[in-house]
Amino acid sequence: MNKSAGKSVARSSSGRGRTIDIVNKGLKSRYRKEKRFRFYGLLSIVASVVFLAFLLSSIVLKGYSAFLQTYIKLDVSFEAGMLDKQNPGRSDFQGIVKAAIRDYYPDVTGRQDKRDLFSLFSSGAAFQLREEVLNKLPEEGSSISLWVLADDDVDMLMKGHMKRDVPEGERRLNDKQLRWIERLEEEGRIALRFNTTFFTAGDSREPELAGIWGAVKGSFYTMLVTLVLSFPIGIAAAVYLEEFAPKNLATDFIEVNINNLAAVPSIVFGLLGLAVFLNFFGMPRSTPLVGGIVLMLMTLPTIIIASRAALKAVPPSIREAALGVGSSKLQVVTGHVLPLALPGMLTGTIIGMAQALGETAPLLMIGMVAFIVDVPGGFTDPAAVMPVQIYLWADSPERAFVERTSAAIMVLLAFLISMNAVAVVMRRRFERRW
Amino acid sequence: MQDVVNKTTVEKRILAPRDSRKTIGSIHVSKPRMVCRDVNVYYGDKQAIRNVSIDIGCNEVLAMIGPSGCGKSTFLRCLNRMNDTIDICRVTGEILFDGKDIYDSSIDVVPLRAQIGMVFQKPNPFPKSIYENIAWAPKIHGIVESKSDADEIVESSLQKAGLWEEVKDRLDQPGTGLSGGQQQRLCIARAIAVSPEVILMDEPCSALDPIATAKIEDLIEELRTQYTIAIVTHSMQQASRVSQRTAFFHLGDLIEVGTTEDIFTKPSHQLTEDYITGRYG
Repeated sequence: MNKSAGKSVARSSSGRGRTIDIVNKGLKSRYRKEKRFRFYGLLSIVASVVFLAFLLSSIVLKGYSAFLQTYIKLDVSFEAGMLDKQNPGRSDFQGIVKAAIRDYYPDVTGRQDKRDLFSLFSSGAAFQLREEVLNKLPEEGSSISLWVLADDDVDMLMKGHMKRDVPEGERRLNDKQLRWIERLEEEGRIALRFNTTFFTAGDSREPELAGIWGAVKGSFYTMLVTLVLSFPIGIAAAVYLEEFAPKNLATDFIEVNINNLAAVPSIVFGLLGLAVFLNFFGMPRSTPLVGGIVLMLMTLPTIIIASRAALKAVPPSIREAALGVGSSKLQVVTGHVLPLALPGMLTGTIIGMAQALGETAPLLMIGMVAFIVDVPGGFTDPAAVMPVQIYLWADSPERAFVERTSAAIMVLLAFLISMNAVAVVMRRRFERRW
Repeated sequence: MQDVVNKTTVEKRILAPRDSRKTIGSIHVSKPRMVCRDVNVYYGDKQAIRNVSIDIGCNEVLAMIGPSGCGKSTFLRCLNRMNDTIDICRVTGEILFDGKDIYDSSIDVVPLRAQIGMVFQKPNPFPKSIYENIAWAPKIHGIVESKSDADEIVESSLQKAGLWEEVKDRLDQPGTGLSGGQQQRLCIARAIAVSPEVILMDEPCSALDPIATAKIEDLIEELRTQYTIAIVTHSMQQASRVSQRTAFFHLGDLIEVGTTEDIFTKPSHQLTEDYITGRYG
């Protein structure tokens, strides 16, 4: 063996020159190849960074203005009989607001003019006033000044999305309305303030009253259901298949099907949820409970596949060591295999949950696309989720919903990042490299 | 990884069916702890071990030598049923431990392995602290109940393995942070922490330098007073240094068994002589 190897080396050195010469000849092209490869790698990273930056900056530029909202300062005076003494909450706040507006613009008289004037203020102004009154009951004859929400058209004008110098017919505010607004501006009664409504309210037909909070809570409840169901089920399935199940046709069949499920279009899971959970089991529609279960079905294959890969990566020597001291299979798994595989399992769960958070299609099928104004208070309240909310707003005609769409995307990304951050911190804690 | 590689090499070298060769020398001892009779091991259709019969005596070190792929590791792994983890592996014959067949259906492998411990070729400490490495097995068996019991076992096991002085100040440090020789002694300490009757060692020094090897050989010599030890080794010197009896395997057959002195000074079989003199293998 050794002799023949020695011979062949000798032959090649006499036939093709010394080894070092051959190596040197090829060296340049080898390094060129490496340089090229590194350049391509760098190029693809730059390209993806550029695209990401473009995407993010366009979202932020479009959406940051939604965090501000135009408010108008209104002096409201409570004359005798305006407030319902027995039940102040049922007073005619709309009327009080209108009276306050009329007081400020005494020269506006015509029916149409009055309607135009009132339309500068959001219908939410009455609710704001009601809240203020219920908070601290004003005395008769007193007056308060209150920053109330402006209508979304005024908001768009103030944010510069509506041009003032175009002909009257091409903008949603007429010349008179512009003059009224100019008067407010001169007296400092109109201003952009932080938009708390956006972070505290549910959906609304009026852009200035629409908020993301309902969708955030809906997403939160849905994700909670998904996580609570898919994490233990997924890990139990993976551990069983990887550590305990016999290798036979049945387990092969299951494995193939898990891989297939991971590739099934998500809307199919929605149809399944509709048929099984809503129609057969009669669960309430549009709820985080059903949404979470449907997303769980979608997430499970991802978690199972990632968990099995993590389990496979645990060195067999650890299993043998544990078996060698006489531990049972379960003790091997819980004592040594699971702790080592947990970081990988968590990674799979993060990926699955991130997918589920951004998923819209299956939720459309179970009615989570409905227009829901109330902020959900639990798992069985009708709710929207963030991606569906984004879709709904993107579909709305009002100009003010454009910025809200982008702002909602920002909130979704923030939600995603904080969810991942929690998972990464947890993974770090488990990932003790010895 | 290492173990997977081992498995495949074992499988590759599996032999074609033929009759087993007769074992030369006395397979019997006066006080047997384990008695193996006509043990055959198959990986799928291929036979890896043929009709191996041998006794392992109390308080003796039995060395198993032979060229790669001769089945000595496979045989060793039969002794505490570690081969159960390989799906395609099948064992026939009789392996008696204290008079009971360990392959009998009534035998539970968990207590069996607690009595017949194993040290592997590659040091494989758990990725936990040194303390946890030792204390885990006694804990799961319920041998220790209190923290002080566990402390005691950890100390005595490490002391027996000759590691106590080196690690007593860093028991909370990871076991994988030790040097190779220390890791292997930690694995031995882990094996003796549950007070087994028999310790199986599969080439425990193959990855170690001569100093670490010498320490482990001294340790084996000491452990012999309390335990029965079966050791697989590729080093003839090691076999001659640590063992009382030596078994020579070749291509799945047990060729010759005898006292270590006899095997190394006046081997009866030509193959044995060739192997120990380095002309073969």
